[in-house]
Parts: sequence; C-alpha cells; structure tokens
Amino acid sequence: MRFVDEFRDPALADRLFSEIARVAERIGRTRARPVTVMEVCGGHTHTIFRYALDARLPGNVEFAHGPGCPVCVLPMGRIDDAIAIARRPEVIFTTFGDAMRVPGAKGTLLQARAAGADVRMVYSPLDALALARANPDRQVVFFALGFETTAPSTALTVLRAAAEGVGNFSIMCQHITIIPTLRALLSQDDFAVDGFIGPGHVSMVIGTRPYDFIATDFHRPLVVAGFEPLDILQALLMVLRQVAAGEARIENQYARVVPEGGNPAAMAAIDRVYETRPTCEWRGLGSIAGSGLGLRPAWRAFDAEQRFAVTPHHVADPGACRCGDVLTGRIRPPQCPAFGASCTPDCPSGALMVSSEGACAAYYQYQGLKGAA
Amino acid sequence: MNDHTIPGIGSDGRITLAHGGGGTAMRALIDGVFLRAFSDDPAAPQEDQARFALADLAALGDRLAFTTDSFVVDPLEFPGGDIGTLAVCGTVNDLAVGGARPVALSAAFILAEGLDLALVRRVSASMAACARAAGVRIVTGDTKVVPRGACDGLFVTTTGIGVIRPGCAISIAAGRPGDVVIVNGTLGDHGAAILCARGDLALDVALGSDCAPLNGLTDALLDAAPDVRCMRDATRGGLAGVLSELAEASGVTVRIDEAALPVRPEVAGVCEILGLDPLYLANEGKLAAVVPAAAADAALAAMRAHPLGREAAVIGRLEAPASGRGAVHLANRFGGQRVVTMPSGEQLPRIC
Repeated sequence: MRFVDEFRDPALADRLFSEIARVAERIGRTRARPVTVMEVCGGHTHTIFRYALDARLPGNVEFAHGPGCPVCVLPMGRIDDAIAIARRPEVIFTTFGDAMRVPGAKGTLLQARAAGADVRMVYSPLDALALARANPDRQVVFFALGFETTAPSTALTVLRAAAEGVGNFSIMCQHITIIPTLRALLSQDDFAVDGFIGPGHVSMVIGTRPYDFIATDFHRPLVVAGFEPLDILQALLMVLRQVAAGEARIENQYARVVPEGGNPAAMAAIDRVYETRPTCEWRGLGSIAGSGLGLRPAWRAFDAEQRFAVTPHHVADPGACRCGDVLTGRIRPPQCPAFGASCTPDCPSGALMVSSEGACAAYYQYQGLKGAA
Repeated sequence: MNDHTIPGIGSDGRITLAHGGGGTAMRALIDGVFLRAFSDDPAAPQEDQARFALADLAALGDRLAFTTDSFVVDPLEFPGGDIGTLAVCGTVNDLAVGGARPVALSAAFILAEGLDLALVRRVSASMAACARAAGVRIVTGDTKVVPRGACDGLFVTTTGIGVIRPGCAISIAAGRPGDVVIVNGTLGDHGAAILCARGDLALDVALGSDCAPLNGLTDALLDAAPDVRCMRDATRGGLAGVLSELAEASGVTVRIDEAALPVRPEVAGVCEILGLDPLYLANEGKLAAVVPAAAADAALAAMRAHPLGREAAVIGRLEAPASGRGAVHLANRFGGQRVVTMPSGEQLPRIC
C-alpha cells in the first residue's frame, strides 16, 4: 500500500535498530541506569506492540507508556454520568466505538444499551448531528472525547448545530489537553523518564511550540513522531542522540504532517467554542489543573450535562488496579496485581485494558502473559 | 406469480403477520416464494419432513455429519451476497471442513412484519442459486412472522446433513508439530465489505464479500492430500479465532508469518483507517487447512488449481508448544514476534 509500506520497510528498520544500538551503547558507557523514553500517545503504544518494536531494543533502552489514550484516562464517574444521560428515554446517546466498553462503577455503555438505553456508535460528531436532524422528536447527545485531535471536529459540529438551529443536539464534553498533564508528570520528583516521543496527531493541531517548556524547564528532549514503525524508531533514535549528547531540544520527526505552528484554523475553532476548566479528573492520575475543556458560556445551550441537569460525580478507581503507576511509567503492566487476573480485555477493570491503545491491553494482546512477574 | 397474487400482500408489497398465521396467506407465501425457489417439483405432496434413502447416503461415505447455524446480518444485502448466500454457504462450509459431502439443507425464516416481499424473493433466489452451485438441495423449512421491531428484518437458520468420506479423520485436535497451515485466499474480505456496506463510514471501496461454498475446494484438496489433519472455515473471529482454537485443541504453537498472509490492499486500507486487524475480520469463503509437511506441495497445488483457491498460501507451521500450552505466535516483518490472542467481543474502531 502506497504511503504505508514505505514506513514499514524491514531493511530500513534494521538500519535504525543498529543505529539505536550504537547510540545506546555509547550512552551505556557513561551511565548505569537504563534510558526510559515515554511515548505519550496511545497510537504509538499500539504501534510499538503491534510491531514488537520493544523486543529488539538494546537492554538499556525501554519504553514507558504515557497517558495519551483518551479512553484510558476516562474516569469511572464520567462513564456513570454518561450512562445516566443515555438511560433517559428521549435520548439517543452517541459515542466513538471503544468508549462503549469502558467500565464505570455502574457498568459500561454497552451494558446500558443491553438494558434498553439507545446508545449508538458514530465515527464523527457530524454523524451525531445528522441523527439529531433525522430524529427531531429525540434528544441526540454526543459524548465528546479526546485531545486536540478530536476537539476541533466537535467544536465545528457545535458551531454548525448553532448555525442551523438544531435544538435537539448537545454534547457531553470530556475533551482534554495533554500539555498540563505532561507538566504535572514532570513535576513529580520520582518521574524517571529521560525523554519523550511526542504525539503526532495532537501536534498536527497544536504545533511543536507548546512543548518548549519540556526542554527549557525540565531539560528533557521531545521528538514529535508519526505512527508508523519507522517513524517511532527514527524518533527514538533522535531522542537517544540528544540524551547521548546531553541535549534537550524539541524536534519534529513528523514534519510531513505536523507544521511547527500547528493548524491555526483548528486552534481558532477550539478557542471559539471551549474554555479551560479549572480542573479535570484523569483516571489513574487524579485531578490536573487546566487539563480539561468545557463549552464557553455562549455555547452552553449545547451542554448535555446542563440540559439534563447531571451533576458530575467522582468514583474512586478500583483498588487492585495500578493504572496510575503504569501511566506515569513507574511500573510496567505485568507488574500490576490485577493484570491478567481480575483485569483482562474480556472483563477490564482498569481503563488501560479497555482500548487497544491502552498499555495493558497492548501488553496482553501482543505479549500474552509471558511478561507477568 | 407476482406479488399481488399472494393473499395478504398489499400494493406496498410487504409481509404481514398473516403470512406466519398458518392459513392461506402463509401457504401462498411458501408455495409462491420458497417452494418455487427451492423445490424441483413444487407440485409434489408436501410432507412434514424430508426423507432420505439410507442406501443413497451410504454410497457417499460411512458417517453422517450434521450441523446448524443461524444468520443475522446488517445490511441484509451487500456486495458479493446477501443473508441467504451466507446461510447456505455457512452451513455447507461447516460440513465441508469436516470432510463431508453436503447432501441437504433445511432453511427456517423469521420474517419481520413489514419486510419487503421482493427482498424475500431475492434472498430465496440467491439461496437456490448458491445451493445449486454447491450441489446441495434445500429440502425442508419453516416460516414465522414476528411483529415489526421484534427482529431485525430477516433471520435465517440453516441446518445441513452431509456424509463424511471413508477414512477421513479431520479434527481440530489433530495438528502435529511440523505440520503446515494453508489458507485458500485473502483474509477479511467479508468483514471489511460488511463494514463498508453499512454506509456509515462513507468509505467508497470496491470490495465484495468472499461468500462462497467451499465443498468443491475441500473435495479437490482431500483428493490431492487425503491426510489433511484439520480444516476450519474462518468465519466470525477471523483467522485469529480459528488458529487459537487449533493451538488450544492440538496443544501446539501455531507460528504464522505476517508477510505471508494474503490481504487485499482495499481490506488493509479499511483496517488502517479504522484500527482493525484483518486477522480478526470475518470471512465467509475462506478456510485454514493443516496438512503434514510432506503433503504441503500437493495440497497447495490442488487449492490453487481450484477457482476458490487461486490465492492459496502457506502462512505458517505448527511447533511443539513453547510454554506447555497452545498459542499462536505471529512473526512480523521486523523480525519481532507477538502473540495472537483469541478475539474478545466485537472489534471496535479506535478514537484516533
């Protein structure tokens, strides 16, 4: 397949693996501790496991799997809020596919559907708006999830609904932003990550400048990367070269898609429709200031939680799950006591087991249980 | 006979509850649609059961094979087939992969009130054509009509009997280390075609279901390689599901080579966009066969000589289990390896 096979060329991968080994060996001469590189984005986690990239890394280089999977960081309370809206008889509740399997304290949206709620999978918020037009006697709610990757399409859908006067459409807004969370992680004393592979799709919208503080304030390198295996290997090599040289810069491996300045039209749509919430809860990480987006007052008429008078509530994560430690790179998935025992893809208790982008599901799916401690 | 001569069908051509009521409307529907499509002699007396001469069956082999399957699909008609072709092929294939020659099928229909009679005619016609192509007869059946909303348009259940050729001992538990795994063609065509046919993806892809009766192919394969160990058609759960069952039942490691897996570029493209894996997509005309290494060339040649096996490929081998437990391992193009697990639930597209 054109534009895909080129980025999966085994011969080029071999050359990158050799070069990675060479640089890692050079780093190993000056430090005993392994180099830990966090891939921020769940799409990267998926590629790493699908192509078993970690299996061919030198012994002193390892990946830590970051918090950039929107489904994985969905708090249980928010799922319960979503189900409360979905259960209303007048509501058609729409969402992206993999959000339907995330467990809240009161089950999943799939289970709510089995119990009679009208929950439907859509591929775009515009599909939800079309449903609203086609069902004027129903209330259509879109569960708006994701980072800056999906926030612009939700924003443009709200603007279109407003322009067309579609009164029976609303969104439950759970859009989040990665920058405050990266800052929160870096501010933790025991955060033992030496560099980052930056999210490609988010950066396509926000550009590369918002990461500058990672280099200047925290002296870590970050390389924005694409999602093909060669993209990730090249980005890893770029991070390692900086580590070897004692440098910390923001680089862009994914220049074929990511402009330095991002996508101004998408950013303008985000800015027009959303405001930053004072705080936002992330599953496994807790509340992080300034990390969530909510609708600006001008668009509150489209806020499903106001329309249906839902009070957001908090539910503690399941006790056995150590999602937070996995998300911050402190442990690998098999080191969690729930992994493969009370938490499996068939019956996930932690959200990292739900989405194929979640680190635990990826470990389970592609490595089986062999890594279990 | 046109639609208007079936009592109870109005000018809108729709099925009503009367067509399942046991009276003249139902009789007319059965005679005018199903018998016309399926029976060689619609005028013959209709008994409550089909009858077979044991001597005719015994001439084909020494054991009876018996299987059933229910079919639900959205949309009911799609590029490459419809629910009727699925129902015939699915049951024929379940018989064929056991080394059986399919003899006869039953077909039971659950129709929703309001279903378009023209659709029922089209589905019946394609079932009849598919059965003819497979060399089986549809010899008995049933019809029920349920109120609108109680079923998704049309459900079909087919049950089939076949006769297993003498000496054939195919089993999912018969795989041995050293054996070779062959598939008869490209993976995931049906699953990808159905996803595209639903229309909500707005993907404009020229892709049809691979739905086909495989008994001709399995006959050719068993003639060329009588010691085939296992065969399974890779329907729901895809090839990954079948190979997981093989690994577990035979207690072997199934090692497959990603570069050897035949996948159409269109299917690979749909999977790329949606974050799906062709290994887990459904097929309706694909099987995996496990044969001893010595028979691999003959088996592959026989499959490739058949129209439904032109793209047949050796995709892997069986090995002694690494951890004492059966498992499926995939070697990727990067020299890495990953475990292929049993599919869990439905594959859901990823957010981004």
